[in-house]
Amino acid sequence: MLNDVYTMIWKEWRELFTSRAVGRGTLLSTLIILGILGVFLPLQVGAEWFTQPLTLMVWAWMPIFLTLGMVTDSFAGERERHTLETLLATRLPDAAILLGKVLAAVLYGWGVAVLSLLLAALTLNLSLGGGPRFYTPPFFATALGFSLLSTGLFAGLGVLASLRAATARQAYQRLSLILLVFYFLPFGVQFLPADWRLTILGALMRLDLTSVMAGVMGALLVFNLAVLSLCFRRFQRARLLLD
Amino acid sequence: MSQYAIRTEHLSRAFGALRAVEDLTLEVPAGILFGFLGPNGAGKTTTIRLLLGLLPPTAGTAFVLGYDVRTQANAIRARCGALLEHAGLYERLSAADNLEFFGRVARLPRDERQARIRQLLTDLGLWERRGEPVVTWSRGMKQKLAIARALLHRPDLLFLDEPTAGLDAVSAAALREDLVRLARQEGITIFLTTHNLSEAERLCQQVAVIREGRLLAVGSPEALRRQRRAPVHLVTSGLTPAVLEGLRATFGVEVIQSGEADGHWAVNLGPQQSVAPLVAYLVQHGVAVEEVRREHVSLEEVFLSLVQENEHAE
Ligand SMILES: Nc1ncnc2c1ncn2[C@@H]1O[C@H](COP(=O)(O)OP(=O)(O)O)[C@@H](O)[C@H]1O
Ligand SMILES: [Mg+2]
Repeated sequence: MLNDVYTMIWKEWRELFTSRAVGRGTLLSTLIILGILGVFLPLQVGAEWFTQPLTLMVWAWMPIFLTLGMVTDSFAGERERHTLETLLATRLPDAAILLGKVLAAVLYGWGVAVLSLLLAALTLNLSLGGGPRFYTPPFFATALGFSLLSTGLFAGLGVLASLRAATARQAYQRLSLILLVFYFLPFGVQFLPADWRLTILGALMRLDLTSVMAGVMGALLVFNLAVLSLCFRRFQRARLLLD
Repeated sequence: MSQYAIRTEHLSRAFGALRAVEDLTLEVPAGILFGFLGPNGAGKTTTIRLLLGLLPPTAGTAFVLGYDVRTQANAIRARCGALLEHAGLYERLSAADNLEFFGRVARLPRDERQARIRQLLTDLGLWERRGEPVVTWSRGMKQKLAIARALLHRPDLLFLDEPTAGLDAVSAAALREDLVRLARQEGITIFLTTHNLSEAERLCQQVAVIREGRLLAVGSPEALRRQRRAPVHLVTSGLTPAVLEGLRATFGVEVIQSGEADGHWAVNLGPQQSVAPLVAYLVQHGVAVEEVRREHVSLEEVFLSLVQENEHAE
């Protein structure tokens, strides 16, 4: 099973990085993200980069953008280019195809996130001089966890949007709609009754950063699992062909 | 494995009110090239999807290589190769990478995989161009590559859905040649759909004809042709109206004057009737028989008359 997942990832990455049509674009956008997150922003922020969790949280999910094209293309693209049915006619188990598609995107996006964290540390050590500096272990672990979970969530949503879409473009539009909902979710707070709002605000004020982060991570994990199980539910060989 | 590569019993698949495959009962012996013939929309592709477990049947059952399509589709897919409606190649990847991927999918060990890829590509004359992205290839080359992909893991059964559709006559002939050679080399069963009758006649030991999801006929192309009444042309002299009447009465055949010239007759024999007794009868009655010629019925004519007969029946 793991072997089959790896085979799928191998194929996805092969298309992503080495093909003439896409490979150069992938490399370029990867380099741009690495440049921004690993060099430009750390230089702007300075030594606080290692200690300011919020700065990091704001940027840590940026590599998600790298994976949006990939996940929306995952099934819809194969359907559009007429390779899906042949893939489904192989011995690959459903789970391997689905997990391979999700993981190929997650590992790429998260890999870039981890690389940029490390590159940022290198950049800052070089530019600031003095003794070696690094993120504190809990801070580093949180950053890794946060970017993994957020990449996972969006990869899952993208694949979900792609499963039954006729074209990659249509999948992209569906994902955009989902993202829009996420974006405007915080604005929904104003429609809550006033006393509810006060209670929520009060509760938030009393929390320390660690609890907030723990809450966010917990929620992300739950969302991840929910989206993944939705993907599994919607992934049925017969249903994928009917479109 | 049983003697049948494929066995279906009342296999049916409906899409809403449309019955794409209806009550299909069929046996495909192992080791032959089997042709599945039918006009567009007859249900050929749907049948292949049912047999590969890509679509669940709405009724009936099917066993492929002894496995139940409803419950053992994974085992079926592991032992079959398929070239479906579309070549199904990753066009952004090179030919070698395409085969590498499907070789890994089939879990061929590295050395074996590489040797097999080399053997197949060399055999099909594609080895030199293995590094090129498939998108740059001609349709004929892509179809060959797709066949290599389908054969890569040495399947017991190969499904080919209209493999020569869209190819020019030369590439189609080349592909057919490769197919027959490879089939023999690998000793596998091939289930091939086509609406090209001369293709089926040339390639297949057995054919089935379907239309609107229903099986109309099955057998060797030879046998199907024999079922049709092929007129026998006679050139005679001294055939009197009395002898003609006797001929009709004795054999129960239709004899008509063919337009060519005096003394030219066309006799419509029944499916099982042979010409010899007829000629003997004529000679006995003092008719000189100068020429006897049996008309050749192509599979295409058989096919057309089957399809049309069925149309009238409705
Ligand atoms: N997924 C589907 N949904 C609805 N109708 C379908 C579907 N697939 C095939 N059909 C219909 O079933 C019939 C048989 O189609 P098909 O098996 O593709 O025929 P063939 O391959 O012989 O040309 C056609 O009328 C086709 O429109
Ligand atoms: Mg078809």
